[in-house]
Amino acid sequence: MSSRKQLIVSHAPFWHNGSGVPERSYHFLLAALPAALMGLATFGAPALAVLSLSVASAIGWEVAFNYVSKRPVTVADGNAAVIGLLFAMVMPATTPWWLVLLGTLLAIVVGKQIFGGIGANPFHPVALAWAILFVSYRPFFDFDGMLVNYNFDFPAAYPIAALKAFGPEAVAELPLLDLLLGRQTGGIGATCGLAIIAGGVYLILRGFIRWEIALSFIGGIFFTALLFHIGDPTRYASPWFHLLTGYTLIGAFFLAPEDSSSPVNFAAMLIYGALMGFMVILIRNIGAFADGVILAILVGNTINPLVDKIRPKALGKVT
Amino acid sequence: MTQRSFFGFAKPRFIYEELTDTLVTPQSVPLPSAVTLYIDKPYAQKDALTLKSGTPVKTGERLSLGDDEGPAVIATVSGTIQGLSAFTGDYGKRLTAVTIEVGKDEPAPEGFDPAAPPTLSYLKRYFTTAPGAPPLASLADSERGISKLVIYGGDADLLTHTNQYVAKTRSEALKKGIEVLQTATELDEIIMALPGETIQGHEYPGTTVINVPASYPSAQPLMVLFKTLGYTVPSDGDTTSLGVVFIRAEAVAAIGSAYLTGKLVTDKLLTIIDKQGNRCLTTARLGTPVRQILAQFKIELADGDRLIFGGPMTGSAIFTEDQSIMPDTDAIMVQDAADVSVCTDYPCINCGDCVRICPATIPVPMLVRFLEAGQYEEAADLYDLFSCVECGLCSFVCPSRIPILQYIKLGKYELAQILTVEEANE
Repeated sequence: MSSRKQLIVSHAPFWHNGSGVPERSYHFLLAALPAALMGLATFGAPALAVLSLSVASAIGWEVAFNYVSKRPVTVADGNAAVIGLLFAMVMPATTPWWLVLLGTLLAIVVGKQIFGGIGANPFHPVALAWAILFVSYRPFFDFDGMLVNYNFDFPAAYPIAALKAFGPEAVAELPLLDLLLGRQTGGIGATCGLAIIAGGVYLILRGFIRWEIALSFIGGIFFTALLFHIGDPTRYASPWFHLLTGYTLIGAFFLAPEDSSSPVNFAAMLIYGALMGFMVILIRNIGAFADGVILAILVGNTINPLVDKIRPKALGKVT
Repeated sequence: MTQRSFFGFAKPRFIYEELTDTLVTPQSVPLPSAVTLYIDKPYAQKDALTLKSGTPVKTGERLSLGDDEGPAVIATVSGTIQGLSAFTGDYGKRLTAVTIEVGKDEPAPEGFDPAAPPTLSYLKRYFTTAPGAPPLASLADSERGISKLVIYGGDADLLTHTNQYVAKTRSEALKKGIEVLQTATELDEIIMALPGETIQGHEYPGTTVINVPASYPSAQPLMVLFKTLGYTVPSDGDTTSLGVVFIRAEAVAAIGSAYLTGKLVTDKLLTIIDKQGNRCLTTARLGTPVRQILAQFKIELADGDRLIFGGPMTGSAIFTEDQSIMPDTDAIMVQDAADVSVCTDYPCINCGDCVRICPATIPVPMLVRFLEAGQYEEAADLYDLFSCVECGLCSFVCPSRIPILQYIKLGKYELAQILTVEEANE
């Protein structure tokens, strides 16, 4: 019996298309990189410090939690790095180090690991961490105050805050092309619309995010803003302005379509995205906050389990 | 082509390949020195007394374990019995393995008689272990009431050509087989399902030929049942209660051929898929060990390789090359250690790839969560477990490499066990 071969036995199917979780994360990082690099070009060395600390500390918190909870170390799947990078991208370049550490701790531990790790988080970890910090440390999210020591060759007012404070006239002079090319202030990786769109289109084409959510989110923002704008152009800015400022694009391509916290059925994805887009404009136009993207995404995350019940009839079922 | 395409939003698509018109005659594997046949009954010590080692057997003889009407196997060779042993098949199914040392070929003096009236119980007696494994026990089960008999003119899995070859080359035997089955079952209508556009040249009396799409998994039995024939999923998942029985073309041809020639068919047609994915058809005596077939085709097996009975999507891996081919082995696939994909216990990340590819529109991410937790009844009631056609495409695309199909089949198996116990208690 010694000549017997040790064969591998497992269940069908015996083929696999080769996809994997690490591959998804690394492509996510790759897609987010152009926007982060544009942020570096705009904000310089402080932005690099925030980015590096955020990615490193996110990975560190994940390892620490893995050890504390006696679970296998999961940083190799790249998800912690993605969370770290995205967290830095929505923060101002001058964020203090302790806020970055606190933010990634909240994102990794409260946002993801206490729910059971990857795939189990009901909210986007970055959105949750941002929201907790936003209500706790409001001054650090005032981009005009945080970026006051910079000398930009473009208007240094945070467009979405200027709109809230002074109405559409204050931002009417901003050229849309400048906004698209990143000549505006904001989060490190949230200013250059073109780079974010490029990354998002890459992710959509490669099938790493669900296009239905990204497009319906943008559609929801556009049409709701359009209705407000048509209703009263003197009080509400044009939909194009809403698309290119604040966290709209990074929310559409990197935050809203996060795997775990969003639905998977076609109709549900469209409703989910559109509803979040609608919420964004409600918060921006009549709510108390300047930018509602991340808060709207959190609201969207809460209805995900419910909306995902809208699904096609399975094969061979009558009702 | 099994790799993910660059444009990941495009679904992978598999097509059942059609055999070309120039059909090569299958190469036949020489008779082995010993064959092993399986009787569908758990092995018991006392059975060794009924089939003692050294007992002579003749080709076509019916070997049963004591009870002549009970489970049996038709000897495919002449020779002497070497011994009996216990054998465990898929899902812990317990069988008795009978090993026969091959001697000089002699037909059994009494056995199958083509002149005898073809009743279901007579067919069940002689054809249950015929090549293609005709489901005669289900047909003969008078309690169920069979309403439809569906013949596969093609193969359910990919890369497999066995039944397609039979449908293309053995039409005389098929016609006779259909006639015999019609007499035996007294069914008005027999359906023949053919994948692709191969309907031409297939005309059988009393048979409706239907096409199923050439794209995988359209020819999987449950897919034909729910999609092509439009049946609804029974609430307890017991598809046999629908009264539709599926039979391989090879099995029909085996019955027909026996009635035409007076001799039982003992050779099984197989598709051999080697490590490079090259395929060829071969015939081998039922009970031939896989080792011999691999040697014939000069396929080297190494540690860490995978040996599969059936195709790449729905076959079952076997653990030893000493196992012999069974009546339902349509293909033997060999996978190199480098190509073996391994499942993981990583959690579902809810990416939705399975939802996009599922031909039965099942909410797979929710289903797999319930199945992982062992909540099979909830999985069936809330998340359409019984709609699954068991094609394996969800596991094929899963980035977390969850053995989804295994969970699904386990869930169905466990629920069927519960159902059986409940019926027994009634």
